[in-house]
Amino acid sequence: MHTRLRPTLAVWKFASCDGCQLSLLDCEDELLALAGAVDIAYFAEASSTLRPGPYDLSLVEGSITTAHDAERIRAVRAASRHLVTIGACATAGGIQALRNFADVTDYVAAVYATPAYISTLATSTPIAAHVKVDFALHGCPIDKAQLLEVISALLAGRKPEIPHESVCTACKRRGTSCVMVAHGTPCLGPVTEAGCGAICPAYGRGCYGCFGPSEAANTAALAATWTVLGADRRSIHRAFRSFNAAAEPFREESDAHGDQDHPG
Amino acid sequence: MGAPTLPGAPVLLDPAGLDALIAALAARGFSVIGPTLREGAIVYDRISGIGALPAGWTDRQEAGRYRLERRADAALFGYAVGPQSWKRFLHPPEERLWRARRTEDGFTIETEPPPVERFAFLGMRACELHAVAIQDRVFLGGTHQDPGYAARRAGAFLVAVNCGTAGGTCFCVSMGTGPRAESGFDLALTELIGPDRHEFLTVAGSAEGAALLATLPSRPAGAEAEAAAASVMARTEAGMGRTLERAGLKEALQASPEHPHWDDVAARCLACANCTMVCPTCFCTSVSDHTDLAGTEAARVKRWDSCFTAEFSFIHGGPVRPHRSARYRQWLTHKLAHWVDQFGSSGCVGCGRCITWCPVGIDITAEAAAIRAAPDAKPEQEGHGNP
Repeated sequence: MHTRLRPTLAVWKFASCDGCQLSLLDCEDELLALAGAVDIAYFAEASSTLRPGPYDLSLVEGSITTAHDAERIRAVRAASRHLVTIGACATAGGIQALRNFADVTDYVAAVYATPAYISTLATSTPIAAHVKVDFALHGCPIDKAQLLEVISALLAGRKPEIPHESVCTACKRRGTSCVMVAHGTPCLGPVTEAGCGAICPAYGRGCYGCFGPSEAANTAALAATWTVLGADRRSIHRAFRSFNAAAEPFREESDAHGDQDHPG
Repeated sequence: MGAPTLPGAPVLLDPAGLDALIAALAARGFSVIGPTLREGAIVYDRISGIGALPAGWTDRQEAGRYRLERRADAALFGYAVGPQSWKRFLHPPEERLWRARRTEDGFTIETEPPPVERFAFLGMRACELHAVAIQDRVFLGGTHQDPGYAARRAGAFLVAVNCGTAGGTCFCVSMGTGPRAESGFDLALTELIGPDRHEFLTVAGSAEGAALLATLPSRPAGAEAEAAAASVMARTEAGMGRTLERAGLKEALQASPEHPHWDDVAARCLACANCTMVCPTCFCTSVSDHTDLAGTEAARVKRWDSCFTAEFSFIHGGPVRPHRSARYRQWLTHKLAHWVDQFGSSGCVGCGRCITWCPVGIDITAEAAAIRAAPDAKPEQEGHGNP
């Protein structure tokens, strides 16, 4: 792609909170440059002008939770030259993937006044379970600098520089003292992918795992140390079962610490 | 002004004299970096006087555990080592190498100007001086020098402090790197503290150090002060929290690429890279190129990397070291064995940081000892079962 061609950009929402799309609008300082570099053809969150495809780059937020969306993502894929998933919902199923561990009809009955109106799938699945994904950007929400890096890389025809290393590397580069070692605070940083800039440890909190499992995540070894630090089975179970609950290493670890009476 | 002293003859500074040293360094244009309390740890950061130093605090270190504790006295250097070494100043975590700009008929490249900030490091431990000497060999010793490191290193003023407290994960005595600073410093202090005493036995290790010391209020050190400093050293030497038996270690490690213990470590290792980031000698970086949205500017950036990441050994087709066992083996055997072949010394200075700051407490001295004890051990089955 050459920048003068102004490739077309589309932004799609599936089951999600819109937070990752907002990261795009949050690129305040870079928004004009972005609008200059790409032709924003379809972005319902930002503009009521929605132009038909095909699109050079589709950013896809959200997970697949309905039969209708399972069809719609195929149409998006067919209309997109590059498809990049953005955020924990699109890449791992999101917090709504908690339904994968329970009976969704129980949830529907608990939440909606008239459950009969709700038509939904039993599971929340990532986009990659349905169509080919060219690049996955993790996070809940995604990091706007990483988003700009992916877009810039696609524009330049190069590989995005998005490392899959642990959050610890970010803590160490920024000079944050380890909250686990120095404070005894349970932290998911050692098994979580970097990208957020290690925000929580910088404020003395343990990492919540928003960016999902890191490349070589050894969740069992980390959970064993959490136990030494005083975390009980339930808190370990819940720590791994959040925004990235359905990401495989986290799913496996939460299952290993599941409550036999209340598996969900 | 103190009495004239022969070059190398020790003098005594009191806390006001130490404060004067910090002020004198700042007056000479140095950014003075020293130990200070932050985020529940004693870290190395910018200081403007002795008020920033961790008076009366010490660090209790064990495998995977670090806690600050109050001392019974008001010692300024009564701790072992901070979570990160001086590496982050001489070999910063991220450094832009050059920028390129698109022009009408091509592009121009702008190299980065050499760093101008000059550091004075206050409170360097003997192990840390050895670590700097090792990184000097890595970055300056070969055919190609790292210009950023060279400039920062050439401008640096090093004030060592002999350790008055051995940490629970310290093993400099095993590595022959401490606890006394023998060389490679401009000034070296030994803190002498007691009910009626708080002063610093100070020696110069360079002409620049001697010249600066001559401007500070001091008094000659007598035999009693020197004996007191020697007893501090003896006490620290006897208090090492760890030992590492080096005899035959290099050979044992190099003979054990398939040792089952690598998988044993891999079952515990998080591959989080903390050990390499806190290590004062680990020097590996990766470079990445970045372009802007408009396609008019590009930059090449060098960042700390680690042999514990997949990207680090990624070549066409995949990473050379896909499993944690291979990554830990790479780190340990390079640090303690291949480093000797490559740079003429061990890559370990016995500071204990990799032990303390490993979130799961993997202990380099224990893992090395396990291999050394049975170097001929063979895996029970083919390949590495542990990912």
